[in-house]
Amino acid sequence: MQIELLYWEGCPSHPKALEQLREQIAALGIGQEVSVRRIESEEQAATEHFVGSPTIRVDGADVVDPGEQPPALNCRVYRTREGRYSPTPDPQDVRAALVAAQRRERR
Amino acid sequence: MARIEDAAPAVGRRAPAFSAPDTDGMMHGPGGAPATVVIFTCNHCPYALAWHERLVALAAEYRPRGVAFLMINSNDAERYPADSLAAMRARVAAGELGDIPYLRDADQRIARDFDAKTTPDVFVIDAEGVIRYRGAPDEDYERPELAARWVRDALEALLAGSEPAIAETAPVGCTIKWRS
Repeated sequence: MQIELLYWEGCPSHPKALEQLREQIAALGIGQEVSVRRIESEEQAATEHFVGSPTIRVDGADVVDPGEQPPALNCRVYRTREGRYSPTPDPQDVRAALVAAQRRERR
Repeated sequence: MARIEDAAPAVGRRAPAFSAPDTDGMMHGPGGAPATVVIFTCNHCPYALAWHERLVALAAEYRPRGVAFLMINSNDAERYPADSLAAMRARVAAGELGDIPYLRDADQRIARDFDAKTTPDVFVIDAEGVIRYRGAPDEDYERPELAARWVRDALEALLAGSEPAIAETAPVGCTIKWRS
């Protein structure tokens, strides 16, 4: 399983997102390190299809569908499962993506 | 549009004077109220959005007591089209701002004069134009029940003729998007 966290230094949300991601990884017993990568330019954001910080991908798939958002050096806007705006993905959405990846690996 | 009164605005010093247009072109600035809350915000920052409803509710609660609220968008709209005047107008038309004037700081001078750092970044100014609180609305954007209590407490203190117990906190949010 490949787990990535992409971030932009201009947004302060990535430490919390990384902490929450690692909590979910530990809770699920996944023995996998997170690959943390910094996005530094608008060109790199375009190349990486980075729509905002933080972006978490499991096996290359975003844990929250970014829709049609254009690449940008920006803080990414998420919605919690309760519908509130948040700078980090809902931990339950992160968990769901990890569980799905676990199931794929077990097939 | 804006002018500097003090080189280094800070709690206890006079706030920079300014006048800026809202989304209909009407000019607004601080003054004439027992307290004015100036909020640097924007359309696309998750921190600003997470705290937004709390601040709109606070404005509705304190308007009957004469408190004025101004929201200012200073972000570079060329690099961040979500902060364009059209996008600001759309939010106002949708009722997202309540009765708070949403001001466009097109040349970013107001943000520079205030040394605003983030969206949101909140300044509470007293009737004499002195900054009495600066910082975040409350301690956690994830907890709506906090109800922007740092700003609320500052307003209660000012309206009672006393000093806010907490006069300054670290602003938390997205950086202001300065022009290159």
